Parts: sequence; structure tokens; C-alpha cells
Amino acid sequence: MKTFMLDIFIKRALADMKSNKFLNIIAIITLGLSILIVSAFLLFLININEVIDSCKKSVRIMAYLDPGFEEVQLEGIKQRIREMDGVSEIIFISKEEALKRLKEQMKRQSSLFENIDTNPLPDSFEVQIAPNFETDEKMEALAQKIEKLPSVQEVEYGRKWVNKFTRVVNIFKITAFVMALFFLLAAIFIMANTIRLLLYSKREEIQIMRLVGATDSFIKWPFYIEGLIMGGIGGIIGISMLFLVFIFISINVSQDLASDFVSIRFFSIKDSIWVISSSMFVGWLGCYLSLKQFLKA
Amino acid sequence: MENQNNEVIIQLFHVHKRYGGKNAIIDVTVNFFKNEFVFITGPSGAGKSTLMKLLYLGEPASEGQIIIEGVNLSRLSNSQIPFLRRKFGIIFQDFRLINTKNVYENVSLVLESMGMNRKYIQKKVKIVLRMVGMEDRGNNYPLSLSGGEQQRIAIARAMVGDPKIILADEPTASLDSESADAVLELLKTAHSKGTTIIVSTHDKELIRKMGTRVLHLKEGQVQE
Ligand SMILES: Nc1ncnc2c1ncn2[C@@H]1O[C@H](COP(=O)(O)OP(=O)(O)O)[C@@H](O)[C@H]1O
Ligand SMILES: [Mg+2]
Repeated sequence: MKTFMLDIFIKRALADMKSNKFLNIIAIITLGLSILIVSAFLLFLININEVIDSCKKSVRIMAYLDPGFEEVQLEGIKQRIREMDGVSEIIFISKEEALKRLKEQMKRQSSLFENIDTNPLPDSFEVQIAPNFETDEKMEALAQKIEKLPSVQEVEYGRKWVNKFTRVVNIFKITAFVMALFFLLAAIFIMANTIRLLLYSKREEIQIMRLVGATDSFIKWPFYIEGLIMGGIGGIIGISMLFLVFIFISINVSQDLASDFVSIRFFSIKDSIWVISSSMFVGWLGCYLSLKQFLKA
Repeated sequence: MENQNNEVIIQLFHVHKRYGGKNAIIDVTVNFFKNEFVFITGPSGAGKSTLMKLLYLGEPASEGQIIIEGVNLSRLSNSQIPFLRRKFGIIFQDFRLINTKNVYENVSLVLESMGMNRKYIQKKVKIVLRMVGMEDRGNNYPLSLSGGEQQRIAIARAMVGDPKIILADEPTASLDSESADAVLELLKTAHSKGTTIIVSTHDKELIRKMGTRVLHLKEGQVQE
């Protein structure tokens, strides 16, 4: 005659939420706000990581060639650079190619290029650096070596700037991580307290259930489900609010700024599911903690 | 003693209960027999409620042994306590219904917590509600009912799980005599089905009507 009791538990959880609407709504809203803040930090981390990655990729040396260099020298110079220590790859970029890339990057400002009929850009080599060579001194030495080659007019590399930038960003990252953790703990605490209030208002009912032979798990499960539902709703609310904020920012800010070079993005579907699942976990954990304390007494 | 040819269902052996320094139960040794109808009586504060609490482990005994259907309560782990309690149907003076649940839900809760299926629960709850004359009150809430009606719901709840033993702690103390008679009749019905009935009361009229075994308690001790 035993039966799987999930439907009974869900029914009880929903009835419970209905009869304690106010408490539940407050908890869901605070949970939603916590998730908004935590996921905002996460989104910041994800995007900053991508910016850094794309900067890291540009850890390379550009060698611009004399306008009047001889075509026949090309292979020779390329060969000499390739043989240098620390060079992992070298690509020739013709001035036509360079112009095409620039136009692509600056699509929105295409009017700038309308009146250009001669190409002002030089031919160049893009030199990729081996990972173990990415220290300032080694880069510097390599760059000087390349600059001394005949037909190389100028070298350029963005390593110094990237290093400084990375250091600042790392501080941001740690701060964001600590804040996210802090708000996550706050969310668990809020959840635990809400459930504690709920349990307190139902203490007679729980007492009676125990008298008629209900097991602790029979008493706990509806609360767990309630925690999961509240966590889920809170998570959806939090991530939706973040999405609205994100849309607002990307419409109003980033179009004018660096959007041509750096694109910021929102969570993927998978990330979003992760955030909502975490929120459900927070809801459950809050329940778990206060139930553990309550049923012991 | 009557019923001595019967099987023992509950055994108390030199049981003591102390609350802090206060002795609520002192050295009680007594047997209850299967399908017995027994009264526990005595003045207020004599230890009647405490004695019942010890049986369903609402409180642990301070000293001595309590054996129910061959199981020594001091050996039960916390997770086994719910299963001990399913041997009992418990009725209180103040009914202890859940006021936020309707009559049907109050009664069905017992079977739900035992893991019975929905069909069985519906059928069984209907049967016991009819037995206590409350079959058309399933959707009512306890506070909309009279005291006598609430106690009948509590009895339905106590009987719905087909317990071996019914413990009734002053079940008629807050009822008028008509309702008290109805409660007694329902307890007799349960008794006629083979249930062991233990009723605490200081209603002499009730005891006289039944004419069965009476255990007198005074200051925590059994009087002979
Ligand atoms: N939880 C408790 N804490 C302290 N003392 C208690 C508690 N419950 C009962 N008592 C005391 O134990 C004695 C017996 O009480 P009780 O069993 O309720 O008596 P009765 O039900 O016969 O009126 C009384 O003196 C009472 O004050
Ligand atoms: Mg009492």
C-alpha cells in the first residue's frame, strides 16, 4: 500500500506557500536580489576574462616594413625572424589586407574611409610569441632584434599595457569573487531565516504530525520542495533583472564606446541554467539548515 | 486482576519520571493487556498525562523499563519513534487538531504519513468519518465545529490508522455530558474491534458506566 509521495509533498508545499504568501514573496524577492547581484559579479568576471583573453592573444610584435622594400626580400626577412628564439609564428599582412581589416573593425565609422583612395598603411609582419617568452625583458630584446633587420621600419607591441591592465583586473576579479560569495552566504542566511519563521508558525502542526507517527523526512520534504521552488523563482527573477540591466547598458553605453573592438555578452543558456540551479540549491540549503536545527529541538 | 489470561501488550517495570527535581512518576510497575479497556484516574497533577507520554515516548522515562509488544522503548533509536507512535491513536482533552487544515486533511494526514496510497486513504477516511458521524463535515475547519464535534474528529484521526492501542488523555473533560457519552460510545466501538483502550479521567460517572479496570494514581504512585 506504500506509494511514492512526491505528489503529496508538492501539494503540501504549494498549499504552504499559498498560506504564507507574504513571507514567501519577501523571501523570493530578497533571494532574487541576491542572485541579481551575485550573477552581475559573475557576468563581470566572464566578460573581463574574455577581454583579457583577447588582449593576451594580441601579445605579439607587429613589424612594419619600409614603404619601398623589395618584394624579393620578403621571404628572406620572414625566414630570419622565424629563426629567432621565442617566435612561434609569423604571418605577412599586406597593406591591402591591413586596410580591409581596419575597415571591418570600424564598420560603423565607415564614412571615415569614404574619401581615401590611397592606402596609408604599411605592409607588416605579425609575429606571435611563444608562451614561455612572454616576459617583458625577453619581448623587449626580441622586438629590438627585429627592428634592426633591414627593411623593418618600426616595431610595436602592447605587452606592457596588457600587464598593467591584467594586474588591475585581477584586483577587480578578487573583489567581485569575494562580493559574490558574500551575497551568496547572505542569501542562504535569508532563506534559513524565512524557513525558520515558517517553521515557527507551524510548530503546533509539526508537533501533531510527529504525534501521529510522521517521520522527520515526511515533515521535511515539503519544505525542501518549497525551498527549491522559491530558489528557482528567485533565480529566474534575478537573472531576468540582470538581463534587463544588461540590455539597457548595451543599448545606452557600449555602442558609443569600445563596442567595435570588445563585445560584451550575456550568460549562455547553459550558464543561466547554472545560475538558476545554484539559486535552487541556495533555497534548499537554507531550508536544510533551519530544519536541522528545528527538528533537533 | 481481570484479563490475566490475556496477552500482555504494555509492561511497565519500576518506571520513574523526574522533571528536574520533581518526581512525576514514582516506581510504577503495571501491565496492560491486549484488548483491555482500562481507566487511569487520580487528582490533577497525579501523573496521568505523564504516564501516557512515557508510553508513546513524548517523554523518555528517567528510570525503569517500558516494553510494548515485546519492544523495550529504551532501545529505540530516534528514527524508530515514528513507528512506535503508529501503534497508538492518541486523543487529548484539547483535541489538538490542525486548525489550518480541514477535517478531511486532519484525518488523512495520519495515513499519508504512513505512506498509504490515495485510493485507500480516501476510502478509509470516509469510513471513519462516517463512524464518528462527521461524514458530511470533511470540508469544514476545526474551529467552525463544536467541542464535541472536534473531539469526534480527533477520535476519527486516532482510529484511522487501525492502531493497536488508543490512549485518551481526559477526552471528555472539556465536553458536555451528551458529547462525553458519544465519545465513550466511540471508544467502546474501537474496543469491540479488538483495540486496547487506555483512558485517563477523573470523571467518576464515566468509570462507573464502563465498570472496567481502574488504575488509581496519586502523587505519581499507583494506589491499590
Ligand atoms: N514538562 C513538565 N515539566 C515539569 N514538570 C512537569 C511537566 N509535565 C508535568 N509536570 C509535573 O508532573 C506532575 C504530573 O503532571 P501530569 O502528568 O500532567 O498530571 P495529571 O495529568 O495527572 O494532571 C505535576 O506535578 C506537573 O506539574
Ligand atoms: Mg493531565
